[in-house]
Amino acid sequence: MGRKTPLFALHQELGARIVDFGGWDMPVQYGSQIGEHHAVRRAAGVFDVSHMCVVDLKGPRVRAFLAQLLANDVGKLKATGKALYSCMLNERGGVLDDLIVYFLTESWFRAVVNAGTRDKDLAWIRAHAASFGLELTERTDLAMLAIQGPEGRARALELLAAADREAALGLGVFVGRELGRWFVARTGYTGEDGFEIMMPAADAVPAWRKLNALGVASCGLGARDTLRLEAGMNLYGHDMDENSDPFESGLAWTVALEPPGRAFIGREALEAVRARGPGRKLVGLLLEDRGVLRDHQRVLVPGVGEGEITSGTYSPTLERSIALARVPAATPARVQVDIRGKLLNAKVVKPPFVRFGKSLVT
Amino acid sequence: MSNLPADLKYTKSHEWVRTLADGTVEIGITDHAQHALGDLVFVEVPEAGRTVKQDEPCAVVESVKAASDVYAPLAGEITAGNPALADAPETVNSDPYGAGWLMRVRPAAGAVAAAELMSAADYQKVVAAEGG
Repeated sequence: MGRKTPLFALHQELGARIVDFGGWDMPVQYGSQIGEHHAVRRAAGVFDVSHMCVVDLKGPRVRAFLAQLLANDVGKLKATGKALYSCMLNERGGVLDDLIVYFLTESWFRAVVNAGTRDKDLAWIRAHAASFGLELTERTDLAMLAIQGPEGRARALELLAAADREAALGLGVFVGRELGRWFVARTGYTGEDGFEIMMPAADAVPAWRKLNALGVASCGLGARDTLRLEAGMNLYGHDMDENSDPFESGLAWTVALEPPGRAFIGREALEAVRARGPGRKLVGLLLEDRGVLRDHQRVLVPGVGEGEITSGTYSPTLERSIALARVPAATPARVQVDIRGKLLNAKVVKPPFVRFGKSLVT
Repeated sequence: MSNLPADLKYTKSHEWVRTLADGTVEIGITDHAQHALGDLVFVEVPEAGRTVKQDEPCAVVESVKAASDVYAPLAGEITAGNPALADAPETVNSDPYGAGWLMRVRPAAGAVAAAELMSAADYQKVVAAEGG
């Protein structure tokens, strides 16, 4: 028996199949996983992401603390409510977790970290926060719903008080703000537009039911995984972990080596990697033959070496198999993948595969 | 409660077996199995002429989430793999006991006979024990 979100009983009532995810009992699908995927690409779907760990960091030195903790630079956060995606690294430059941090006030930032790494993350953050005199509060009182898809924001607006709708509609991409008792952010993990809304636990079930009544499909973690993979977004523990650095995880864009004076944890290790050049890279694969790419399948790069698939699946939008794979840096445009002893052809592409409902690869 | 035709035989690994008029058997996966797997997106069936032992993995059904082996309910020679599934793997979801059949086998001499496999009622107990 794992931990349960405030929506657990409703998931059961809706006929969800429940699986363990990072120690939580979560819905993987309600009916057809492919149907849920298409609902998000074509209209709107709602996901329970209450298992994710929301931590408020408060204190006058919180920005200085995060500047040291994170590989991306919270100095980029100038407008209230703006969010930043970043890796949190160990001293070796390995990825402890990826997270989103919101700038709310100069003495209040909010981080959202992965459910499966919660204990490790909190211990790490606490240990490093000690000398900054911060107050850390895990917001277990909040539920979080992700409403995603081309119609997601319009449907979600109907949950809000009339007076708050204009403010929510005016939110820029990757910006959040408090509206009444809710925190509404224009973020997501699907490659579609939408909101993620943090709300008091007691509000979650009525909000979900209202969304369903408005035609928003209940969607499970299965669809969430195919959507994020089509969108070329990494999943912690699959596409990166403590034994891989951001450069070999397709996350160089999240590492801020400027300004040079910002001494963040892992910086020295990353500078050494950059100086010698990363040996591996994370790429997208498009399977040209029939079959399904899966995690840990071997990627053969003739004349160069071998790599491994870090996330593989069937893409409902492209109707073929796609994957992220970590391969040697010198990998050319075509590789082979060993699927049950057969060598199948795959094309190397730059993720994302799908964005805003449209295929970006051929 | 999933659909379980009484005229078929079953295995605890969720295959069904139908004896055809010519003595060969047709094999597929049960309605319970297709439902548990979810939307199938790829099916690999064996080629005709291959000989298989009882309980040998001989086909693969892949849903969005995972790949699962299908085991030979009895020993014999494959006489056909269902060619329609390459283009339409979802047929196994929509018609698991009909057009979604996976393969046909000519039982080997001395092989466990189809008649000795589980009845629908016994298979139902297996499913119930799994919480299905």
